[in-house]
Order: sequence, then structure tokens, then C-alpha cells
Amino acid sequence: VRIVVLAKPVPDATGQERLGPDGRLDRAATSVVVNGNDEYALEAALKLVEASPDGGEVTLLAMAPPNAPDTLRKALAMGATRGVLVTDPSLAGSCVVSTVRVLAAALRTLEFDLLFAGADTSDGGGGVVGAGLATLLGLPYLSYAAKVEPVDGRVRVHRITATGYDIVEAPMPALVVATQALGEPRYPSLKGIMAARNKEIITLSLADLGLSADEVGGAAATTRLVGSRAPAARAATRVVKAPAAEAAREVVRFLTDRRLA
Amino acid sequence: MAGVIWIFGEATEGGLARISGEVATLARSLATEAGTSVVGVVAGADPTLAATALAAFVPEVLTLAVAGAEGHALVPAIAPSLAALAEREGPSCILIGGTSDGRDLAGALSALLGWGVLTNATGMSWADGGPTVEMSAFGGRLLTTSAFTAENGIVTLRPGTMDASPLAAPGTVRSVSATPTASLPDVAITGTVVAEAAAAPIEEARTIVAGGRGVGGPDGFGIVQELADALGGAVGATRAAVDSGWIPYSQQIGQTGKIVKPALYIALGISGAIQHKVGMQTASTIVAINRDPDAPIGEFADMFVIGDLFEVVPAIVAELRARGS
Repeated sequence: VRIVVLAKPVPDATGQERLGPDGRLDRAATSVVVNGNDEYALEAALKLVEASPDGGEVTLLAMAPPNAPDTLRKALAMGATRGVLVTDPSLAGSCVVSTVRVLAAALRTLEFDLLFAGADTSDGGGGVVGAGLATLLGLPYLSYAAKVEPVDGRVRVHRITATGYDIVEAPMPALVVATQALGEPRYPSLKGIMAARNKEIITLSLADLGLSADEVGGAAATTRLVGSRAPAARAATRVVKAPAAEAAREVVRFLTDRRLA
Repeated sequence: MAGVIWIFGEATEGGLARISGEVATLARSLATEAGTSVVGVVAGADPTLAATALAAFVPEVLTLAVAGAEGHALVPAIAPSLAALAEREGPSCILIGGTSDGRDLAGALSALLGWGVLTNATGMSWADGGPTVEMSAFGGRLLTTSAFTAENGIVTLRPGTMDASPLAAPGTVRSVSATPTASLPDVAITGTVVAEAAAAPIEEARTIVAGGRGVGGPDGFGIVQELADALGGAVGATRAAVDSGWIPYSQQIGQTGKIVKPALYIALGISGAIQHKVGMQTASTIVAINRDPDAPIGEFADMFVIGDLFEVVPAIVAELRARGS
């Protein structure tokens, strides 16, 4: 089974994002990690390959600044076979429509049975790229997966719903959206880390994909940033340290005053 | 004059998703600013029930019955027809509640129509002939405002952007049809499993009582549930509690779980690590109960009770019951 996993480098959770003069995230100057939900996707992909009698391979696909290979190495160390990085200066400031078009163009150059995307990205991504990709590529779209199993050339997914899950099924190749419910990502082993150093990361530019900066990237963006500001600070915290019964009365009074109880 | 503003009405078992009422209410104030009107759109195998519920919030609702949608994943089934209808009717923008189906629909419509999409909006206004969209970025450390560069756009909204407020008199419901120019690969639903004692959905809850590592185990969630019941709220959890198998993933709040904005959030035995904070920090009121006086949640809660939750919570429940009787 051949699987492509979308792996986006995102700022780590330490809050040290650097903004450029245009107010956008300076992705090259910010400490980045592979997006959390994409790691669940990768873990699920590795498990499927391990369970497959014919084996298989996992390719990571990222659209990111040129420093992304350092970030992708960790995902390669977890066991992915190779990385494909689409990088081009004109892609800075890409909107969702552009991102989907560029990733779709890259995916048309790859062969796969399953395409995995994380449910959303922690840098403000709204979880819409996967659906857009499936639509452009004409792939069956199976989202919010808690379980993925290939069945006779088809893929069966437990899709999380408000009350439980739906069992959904479609022929492969297909796009599956991964969630944390698929299971904890593995830590890279020392052997994996060593092996990752020599794994291939293929770099593609827009020209390699037959696209131009008129069609995609910052210059063709369908959305623009108008401004940004820090959120209003929360009011001071009221600290309660009292015996349980007294603390409870204080909590209930607080909630009642605010019409919350 | 700007084209009308569409809002997508999401059908649920019982009628209409709560978030659709919120989005419709926000769309009405946006339409007033823009000098245009709001049209609700509901699509599916049988859109009637949800459409009637949506008409409580908007003056006009279009229903699009999609033949063969029954038994298939919703979005691939309805997106091509909705896109064809949008091309014909020409709304300026489409507002969609940011649920699972809502996000899927926004992505599919964006690809079908080539329209820009702004996600996870926490508020909207109208300026320079188009909508501006406020979003929370980097785990809430920055609020950004964005706009579309072209005439049209799609917006997904976070739950709780606004209280749903019905119209004085319900709007009209009109059935329409549209011939899709494309089709998307079919995804069959071969089964539906309802979790035993399905928990109340946290996205819809006005009050959430959440438990973390500090509740100690699955039994500890009994006490969390008890307080939630006393307040008429839903139970949430941190990733640590979910990973330990104490409570299902559907209840997880935070970076890889859900982002919620309830009126009241009560955090029990939750330290308030950044990965959890990003999922709940915009709650209107946050009350935390934790034994550790140095827990980071004490820095952003409105009320921080330093104490043993196994003593304080039953006392709160007793106090609430005594008051209620």
C-alpha cells in the first residue's frame, strides 16, 4: 500500500512566532514542528504499511519554506520513506485556494492508494484543505477518521459523528482525514533517526509543477490580511483558598452573580 | 448593492444544528451593515425539517432536495448541487458553521467555485464593499482581520460567536433545484454506530465542566458529570484524560481536539497547559479548581479555587441542589 501523508511545518506551541513586516507569519524565522494532527496521520499510515502483506511506502508531502527539510527529518525518523517538499519564494502568502491547487499539482506527479491529511493545522488552519484536494483530484473523501482499514481495494473508515461514528466506505485511491483517535504517534528510534539522515527529500518548485506565480501563491491570493492585534487581556483572577464548603458557597455565588447557575 | 449573504443550515437528527442559528443571527447583522439580505440554504435527502427550523432565524430559506443523498456521506453528495445553485443565484458570500460537515463543505465549495475561504471566524463585519473576518491565530495569542480579494468568499465560523436570536416572525421556505455540472466520488455510509450513552456534544454546550489528569481516573469523571448535570452542561476533557482512556475523544478540548467558547468553563484538575488553553481560553467565564497553587490555569481563570476537587465539587453540587429545591 502506497500512502502520501500531508505534513505541514507549523510554529511550535511555545508562542515564539515571528511576524514579518507585512504582519504575516515569518515561517522561515519561526521555530517549527510537524503539525500535531499530521503526526497522527503519519502514525496511521505507518501502521497500515506494517500490517500490509505486500508492505508499502509512506511519502510525506509539504508545501513550506526551504528550511522545512529539518522539520521533515523527524517525520522521516518515525519511518516515512521519503519527503517531497514544494517550495518557492512566490508561495509565501498563499491562500487556501492556492494551497489546494499547488498540493493537487504535486499529488498528480505521485502514485498512491491513500492520501492522508490531518484534521486541521495548529497555526490557524481551518481544516478545509483536505476537502478541497479531494474535490480537485476527484478522490473519494473520508473525513474525521477514528479507524482506517483497507478492504479489498476499498477503504473503510469510522467517521466520528456527534453521537458516535458512521462506517463509510469508498474505492481507493481515496483521501482520509486523520484525527488523534487513530492513536498516539510513535517516537523515532535511534535507528530511525540515523536512517532519516540519508532519506531522500525531493524539492519541487512551481516551475517543476508547471504552475506560475500568476495563478498561485501570494500574488494570486483570494484572501488578504487587513490587520492584527493582541486579544484583550482577561480580568484579574479571583483566588479562593478556603475550606470546601466555604469555597463552594463562593463559587455558587460567583456563578449566580453572573447568571451562570 | 452587495449580493445576498448565504448561510448554510446544517441538519441534525432533531432539526437544525445550534451553530446554524448563531451563524444566521450574525449574518443578519452583517446584512444590515451591507444593505443586503440573508438567505438560508439547506441541502440533503430531506431538507424540510432543518429548513423550517432555520426559517426562525432568516427571512428566506431555500431547500435543495438532493436525490440519492440518503445513505451517503453528506458533503460529496450535496456540494456539486450547492455550487451550481451558488453560481446561478450569485450570493456575495457563504457563511458556514465550523462543524465537521461545515468544514468539509467549505473546502469542497471553495474548490468547486474557486472562491477564497476564511476559517474559524470569531466575528465578522462589513467594510469596503465586502466582509472582513476576525480570526484567532496561534492559539489565541493574536487576533487577525482578513478580507477577500475578489467578489465572493466562504467563511467558516467557530461555535459561540453570537447568541442565536430568532426573528419576530419566521421567514419563508422555498424549494429550489439545481443541476450540478460536476459530481464528486460517492462515499457510502454502510453503518452507523451510536456510542453507548453518547455524551452531550461540547460544541453546542453553553456550560462545559472539564476534567484533566487531576480527576485521577474514569471514576473521577463521575464527579465531573455530576457537576455538569447540576449546571445543565456538557462534560469535556484534556488530552491526558482522553489518552488515558477515561473519556472518549469526542469530548477532548484543545489543540488536537475541539475549540470551544462556552459561557462558562469549569476546569477540574486541569493544569492549563498551552495545548489545552488554546481550546478553551475564549470562554466567557473560566472557573478552575486545582490543588496546585502554581497551576498555569490560575493565570487566566476568572476564579481559581485552590483545593481538592473531590471535596469542593460535591460541596458545590450540594449547594446548587439546596438552592434549587
